[in-house]
Amino acid sequence: MLGFFIILLSCQLLGEVLVIATGLPLPGPVIGMALLFVGLLVRGSIPAGLDRMGDALLSHLSLLFVPAGVGVMLHAELIGAELLPIAGAVILGTMLTIVVTAWIMQLLTRRSPQ
Amino acid sequence: MNGELQSIWVYLAASPLLTLTLTLVAYQGGIWLYDKSGNNPLVNPVLIAVLAIVGLLTITDTDYQTYFDGAQFIHFLLGPATVALAIPLYRQIRRVRESLLAIIVTVIAGSLTAAASSVGIAWLLGASRQTLLTIAPKSATTPVAMGIAEQLGGLPTLTAVVVILTGITGAMTASGLLRLARVRDARATGLAIGIAAHGIGTARAFQISGLVGAFSGLAMGLNALATAILVPLLFRLLS
Repeated sequence: MLGFFIILLSCQLLGEVLVIATGLPLPGPVIGMALLFVGLLVRGSIPAGLDRMGDALLSHLSLLFVPAGVGVMLHAELIGAELLPIAGAVILGTMLTIVVTAWIMQLLTRRSPQ
Repeated sequence: MNGELQSIWVYLAASPLLTLTLTLVAYQGGIWLYDKSGNNPLVNPVLIAVLAIVGLLTITDTDYQTYFDGAQFIHFLLGPATVALAIPLYRQIRRVRESLLAIIVTVIAGSLTAAASSVGIAWLLGASRQTLLTIAPKSATTPVAMGIAEQLGGLPTLTAVVVILTGITGAMTASGLLRLARVRDARATGLAIGIAAHGIGTARAFQISGLVGAFSGLAMGLNALATAILVPLLFRLLS
């Protein structure tokens, strides 16, 4: 299990280093995800232990956003000052994006079977 | 509070263990309510946990930094968890490969829709220029969105909050909305959630199915790239 956690951290670390070295406009973990993906492609299969490790982390993915979410308390005043435009953009903008994006993808793949 | 209790409180308040445990308990409470509701996505565990913790911190007059000293151990796992999204993506490699072009077109269109809709709606509702620059990248994952907001001249820390609220909104509304919009394709569902609502949406997408989750994680990564390139470009063209 430890070995597989080291793989995940190494991919992230390599991603962070690449971001600093090249100035790519992406976060290190996203580059790390691409690196692990390429690694899996090269290997041709997912090691069982890595699969379990990934499941353990991803099954509580939303928990990991709670600490950042509590940061809302730092900006209560700023949000309060422009509550209507911010709430409108967040709620309506997000809902609109979901529907429009899904329709586009559905339109583009209509002929291929799901 | 007597002297002994007081000293226990002083000790605990200074230790990261308390806020770390508090975060896990609040989230577990959110999960419990979500289960009780019959898995209703409107009963969002992240939202419940955040509200409960903010309430408790406010009552006990604890600042965010003290809270984060403990909670950072959970926050830290976001990095390796993002890397781990490559695993479900690899599992769906065949589905990704057969619709690669459609995925790329959808991500570009979705990224532009997200930025244009949030800026347009906020502008109509009378937002200041700085707020517009702050919310434009709101559908990208937090570090990317903060970087873009900084580049444009917005407030990156406010962007972080708006990004989280966007993710929660997407996680709460996606399945209901897509049912109304008659979207049944799992790939379209996953892309829509990942583009509009990044990682929090992706967490929700995995509850729908592994395929939806994999496409959502992929969309989150590609959308980070598309938003980082397109949004600053769009603002340069407009101003």
